Amino acid sequence: MIFSMSKTVLSSLFSKPSTRLYPITQRVPFKNTRGKIEIDIAACTFCGLCSKKCPTSAITVTRADKKWEINRLQCLACDYCVLVCPKKCLTMENAYTTPAVATSKDSFKVARVPDNTADSKDS
Amino acid sequence: MSKRTIIPFGPQHPVLPEPIHLDLVVEDEKVIEAIPSIGFIHRGLEKLVEKKDFIDYVYVAERICGICSAIHGQTYCQAVEEVMNIAVPERALYLRTIWGELSRVHSHLLWLGLMADGFGFEALFMHCWRLRETVLDMIEETTGGRVIFGSCKVGGVRKDIDKPTLERIVAKLNGMEKEIKEVTDVFIVDRSVKHRTVGVGVLSKQDAYELGAVGPTMRASGINQDMRKLGYAAYKQLKFEPIVETAGDSYSRCVVRIKEIFQSIDLIRQAAVQLPEGPIDVKVTGTPSGEFFARTEQPRGEVIYYLKANGTRFLQRLRVRTPTFANIPALVKLLQGCELADVPILALTIDPCISCTER
Repeated sequence: MIFSMSKTVLSSLFSKPSTRLYPITQRVPFKNTRGKIEIDIAACTFCGLCSKKCPTSAITVTRADKKWEINRLQCLACDYCVLVCPKKCLTMENAYTTPAVATSKDSFKVARVPDNTADSKDS
Repeated sequence: MSKRTIIPFGPQHPVLPEPIHLDLVVEDEKVIEAIPSIGFIHRGLEKLVEKKDFIDYVYVAERICGICSAIHGQTYCQAVEEVMNIAVPERALYLRTIWGELSRVHSHLLWLGLMADGFGFEALFMHCWRLRETVLDMIEETTGGRVIFGSCKVGGVRKDIDKPTLERIVAKLNGMEKEIKEVTDVFIVDRSVKHRTVGVGVLSKQDAYELGAVGPTMRASGINQDMRKLGYAAYKQLKFEPIVETAGDSYSRCVVRIKEIFQSIDLIRQAAVQLPEGPIDVKVTGTPSGEFFARTEQPRGEVIYYLKANGTRFLQRLRVRTPTFANIPALVKLLQGCELADVPILALTIDPCISCTER
């Protein structure tokens, strides 16, 4: 048979394209899509379990500075930190990280509201 | 006797995005011998098992391969569960089966596309991948990842598929069957395609058996063996027969994979009907001690996970024998005596996945 492909070719000729005009029409991610990790830093207790369990060691937690850092290019969005977090302050967003040209760490720090004690002089 | 020349094939070759190197000893246009060498992307994932907690290693096991990731994770989990005597809930077993079969459908559609690209049929390649994209969407909707599922864990699965979603997926697959048939029929009946595949690279039944070929490569040579028949996951409750062809040429290998797409869709349909209600995971306590061989059927063939645990949280040894590794001797045999122009097609027909092979 020679023209076995003709039906498919004709139907795709008269149907709308299967691809998107990317920057103009953007793909809507699914609810479940593993995009990127977000943290509610106010709820974090800096236990460091997420960084211990991370398969690629993308997360660094510094308890002393109350700092939580993630290397976005190292993170493989496996969702495991979200699962193990005891405070459930980590969430998986369904939007991907924006393209990057250099490795950088996204760092989150607890913003302390200075009170009228000796601490306020330090800050 | 004409002069012998050695032509290098790969590790960078347009037809194969994965790094395998073949030294082709040719006499005129005939390949006399092919000497394979691998080792370009060795990552040492087997050694990593000594440093990762056995529960966490699932995420690494899934990333051994970018295409059959679901089944890699599943096989690892099965091996650990067997060592620890964990009874996995029925629902989890069914969900693993559904995801495993979805991954088979997408892997075979990917392969058909690559094959079409291999013999220079660009339009067919695009159509195969267009259909594959629909399957990838189903996978993403249910697990969150397009090719890395991340849904399996020791003791069950991490995500559930609710009834309306599953029904929608099955309805979509039912609708897709016709479309897939239209596209795959080109591989089966088209004259110019058949010119490239029929009678090319014949692997006899005896050779397939002696060289230890696995998966569709072996089934195309007439050996009736499918690891799913061992009855792991939910396969013991599902009705299916391994697809076997007898000619052993590139065409048969193609036909086996095409028929397996429809078989997988049928298995998903069956599993969706039988899917029991209940929990999707059990709590895992304690540490594994002992050793086990887990064997499952990947899109490319049989994969073996051997693991040895010594009662700590870190496994002592993990060995992964991937299907491509077992199929390389068969490939070397296929290449002996073929035309130089057929080498890319023949290398493709075993569906090589070198990332798997080197781990």
